Amino acid sequence: MTAPPVLSVTGLTKSFGANLVLDGISLAVQEGETVCLLGPSGSGKSTLLRCINWLERPDSGAVFIAGERMGVRGGGNAPMSDAELSRLRMRIGFVFQHFALWPHLSVLQNVMAAPVHVQRIPRPQAQAQAEALLERVGLAARKNAYPAQLSGGQKQRVGIARALAMKPRLLLFDEPTSALDPELVGEVLAVMRDLAGAGMTMVVVTHEMGFARDAADRVVFMDHGRVVETGPPDVFFERPQTDRARQFLMRYAGRAAVPASLAGTAGAGGLA
Amino acid sequence: MNGVAVVWEQRSLLFDGLLNTLWITASAMVVAAVLGVVLFALTLTRLTLLRRSLWLVIDLLRCVPFMLFCYLIYYGLPSFGIVVNNLTAGIVALSVYHGAYLAELLRGIHESLPRDAEDAGRAFGFHGARLVMRIVLPPVLLAAVPMLGNQAVQVIKDSAFLVIIAVEELTYAADEIQATYYVPFASFVAAVLLYWLLCLTVEGGVRIVLNAAEARR
Ligand SMILES: Nc1ncnc2c1ncn2[C@@H]1O[C@H](COP(=O)(O)OP(=O)(O)OP(=O)(O)O)[C@@H](O)[C@H]1O
Ligand SMILES: [Mg+2]
Repeated sequence: MTAPPVLSVTGLTKSFGANLVLDGISLAVQEGETVCLLGPSGSGKSTLLRCINWLERPDSGAVFIAGERMGVRGGGNAPMSDAELSRLRMRIGFVFQHFALWPHLSVLQNVMAAPVHVQRIPRPQAQAQAEALLERVGLAARKNAYPAQLSGGQKQRVGIARALAMKPRLLLFDEPTSALDPELVGEVLAVMRDLAGAGMTMVVVTHEMGFARDAADRVVFMDHGRVVETGPPDVFFERPQTDRARQFLMRYAGRAAVPASLAGTAGAGGLA
Repeated sequence: MNGVAVVWEQRSLLFDGLLNTLWITASAMVVAAVLGVVLFALTLTRLTLLRRSLWLVIDLLRCVPFMLFCYLIYYGLPSFGIVVNNLTAGIVALSVYHGAYLAELLRGIHESLPRDAEDAGRAFGFHGARLVMRIVLPPVLLAAVPMLGNQAVQVIKDSAFLVIIAVEELTYAADEIQATYYVPFASFVAAVLLYWLLCLTVEGGVRIVLNAAEARR
């Protein structure tokens, strides 16, 4: 028997009032895969990520983390307790669009907090691990700074280190570079490429087509709360199968046609 | 004899009043702070009934004039078999009243702060009391520091109302002096200056805490 996928989503739906935001999403992500989730603004990408770790409760459908059902106890419909949710959430690292660092904690404390207070790892061990992670994202020297003292790119790299500190099975990224000044996007993407190369399992919502093209194993294109198209990046970008994907890519192609000297600015300011 | 000289002669009376005001307000501030934080933390519960009833009580308290609340504690509690002396009644009234104000103040700050640091707490497995204590509360308290100074000044000023239940604080002392020697202007101005001094001290303290908190906000 093969191992269950690290993430499996089946028939997920979610409405906010009369607004049907997720309309039967199904998706499986295998160990070591990097999946880029693309789609126009409002297509439900953030909502999908938030449903995966149960920050948002879906209306129907199921989420499985390495075979374990998220948010619902046993086979029934009883909701999980906070403690049970917490145990599953520890397997999922989340990187937020606006960093969402804890402002009252130093960089090092941000990275150590969940391991020490949630996973109950002894402090010296958690600190050694946090320092190693900060080294990996190039921020060892800023470990005693507070988030307010960092640039956007540095904040997001701390965000990634914090997510890695729980040794998650799965990393979720919600537009990790769209709140950054264009010249800071590269340093964050470099860390993410590094992780993808090292075999981390990742789901990345992004508008960085360059990253999706060369770092993703698979691209999932969403529109109006549905998966419209999915496939390897070279197929998706060269020979998209659906009209909606073609239209979506056309808008980016329009941007990419801007002279190289301006491309960075146009791309980052784009569909954020 | 001129008023200033009279007040100077009676300075030990004023000084005793000042000392009483000082420790009454200091202890009321500490109790109010603890009460306010605990009340606010409790209102973050998902138990809807508890949350609603707490807010009802808090909203009610905020709408009661402090003087009336003072009377209620001192003269009203004995009807329930709880007899307290005027000093205790005064401190309890100040603490509860300002605890409720503080809870409301913390709620306002909490609602004005970005939500996603809290989401991140949840996403990383924090829940229950640990989420509140480690993730939610600290930024709220840090953001509250400048306003806590204001609140402390309110406590100092409200403590003057305790004169109505004969607590021998600063206003009471000033009133004693003016009633005995007929020097209302000099004695009340002396009290005003002393209140001012207290407020300046509080503001200085807040500034020190603010500087220490700066980086973490
Ligand atoms: N908490 C909420 N309450 C009400 N409506 C919401 C909520 N969160 C999201 N929505 C709505 O759901 C829809 C999808 O939002 P979502 O943030 O998932 O889209 P997205 O694909 O991430 O878009 P973007 O690229 O702009 O980030 C939008 O119409 C949005 O207004
Ligand atoms: Mg989004």
